[in-house]
Amino acid sequence: MQETTAHPPEAAVTVRLTLNGDPITIEVSPSAILLDVLREQLGLTGTKKGCDHGQCGACTVHVDGRAMNACLRLAVMCEGQAVTTIEGLAEAGHLHPIQQAFLDHDAFQCGYCSPGQIMSAVALLEDHRIAGDVATVREAMSGNLCRCGAYQNILAAIQDVRLRRHAQEGGGDA
Amino acid sequence: MRTFAFARADSVARAVEHRQAEPGSAFVAGGTTLLDLVKLDVMQPSRVIDINALPLTTVERLPDDRLRIGALVTNTDLAYHPDVLADHPLLSQAILAGASTQVRNMATTGGNLMQRTRCPYFRDAAAACNKREPGSGCDARHGVNRMHAVLGGSRECVAVHPSDMCVALAAIGATLTLHGPHGEREIDFAHFHRLPGTTPHLEHDLDDELIVAVTLAPPLMPLGTAYVKLRDRASFEFALASAGAMLSLDEDLIGEARLALGGVATKPWRCREAEALLAGKRADTAAFAAAADVALADAQPLAHNAFKIPLARQAIVRALREAARRAGEDAT
Repeated sequence: MQETTAHPPEAAVTVRLTLNGDPITIEVSPSAILLDVLREQLGLTGTKKGCDHGQCGACTVHVDGRAMNACLRLAVMCEGQAVTTIEGLAEAGHLHPIQQAFLDHDAFQCGYCSPGQIMSAVALLEDHRIAGDVATVREAMSGNLCRCGAYQNILAAIQDVRLRRHAQEGGGDA
Repeated sequence: MRTFAFARADSVARAVEHRQAEPGSAFVAGGTTLLDLVKLDVMQPSRVIDINALPLTTVERLPDDRLRIGALVTNTDLAYHPDVLADHPLLSQAILAGASTQVRNMATTGGNLMQRTRCPYFRDAAAACNKREPGSGCDARHGVNRMHAVLGGSRECVAVHPSDMCVALAAIGATLTLHGPHGEREIDFAHFHRLPGTTPHLEHDLDDELIVAVTLAPPLMPLGTAYVKLRDRASFEFALASAGAMLSLDEDLIGEARLALGGVATKPWRCREAEALLAGKRADTAAFAAAADVALADAQPLAHNAFKIPLARQAIVRALREAARRAGEDAT
């Protein structure tokens, strides 16, 4: 079993995690917030800082597949976990279907909340415990604020991808 | 943000040893309360003890059929757990009425029990607050107190307990398992949260202990439950008033009733007198309104929150009415 470790405030802690599919090892301060480490230490500025208190959702990332507020998580808490940011969604140069749907549905104006909105939307579609009706989706997305007010188009983008997936799943010979 | 030292615990016993060795230390589970309040300089832990590697992440059914919830089960996983949905839908309803998807994915069962108040004076390090700084006074009592408590307050503190999950636990009844330097003990959930009295900084019955599990009391049969939460916006908002109700029906008479309130009180608020009044009565609006009046008889409004009393009354009547309807369905 791993030795229980204790670190003073000034000592860096070694954290091993998977970031956007790649295993990495980083040295961080014990009090370093995941959001700040992503943006300032790792240069991944797609994840945005809005309220910095878990109220706006601009910093939403996936930790082991679940949407979380990177502003309310210590980097040291991510030991052994898989963190995915907006930079990790596209595969081989192809946008994630949700990213494409945000373009197709004009689901943003200024774009500042979009990375967080997209990360929440992707996690939402993967979580089959959450029903797919409009009211449930609106509730499940309520942790992401959009001060431009693009909510209707964000909702349309999510439900469009959901419908396409259903059509694909139902279109097979099974 | 103020810095702190760190420790990662690989066993419950080691976590407690770290805590005991350093009085200014704090456990971190989901981090949603702790890190928010560290950023505001309201909490200043000298060391943060990460307990996320501890094996407290399962919901198990005990031989006596009760559900035992590990302290690190996330709010999301608890709300969607099949055994919770089957036995205690009120718990699921209450959790899903609170916070956001992201916060529920991070927040844990034990952490929710330790959630701090949203009182803006508590959260403002420049304001007087007896809870944050004992003896400094209470800026809420004669300040903007629209959001504050009408039940369970004192001259020293009128801060509302913010949890939805805890309202469900108050109604259901639960036993907490705490692990401390001298081993494990169990405590009734009803005695875990303290009234503020003259010591609002002492919020819980904890003594260098870690919450390791929450065991739920058995459900009523047949069961109807409802959680009604009234708030300023439809989602991701704390309650102005909420009511959690559980009812069993015997024909059209109420067998047993359970009622607890959120958003109006300084701790998760069980309404035992109202429950006693309901037992054996016809399940109709007259009985529910009478129960609401009893539940709120001791309510004391502040300058800006008198509206909470009729609001809570409506939440109670609606929750009991809906619980009775569902109990009727469950019986057929």
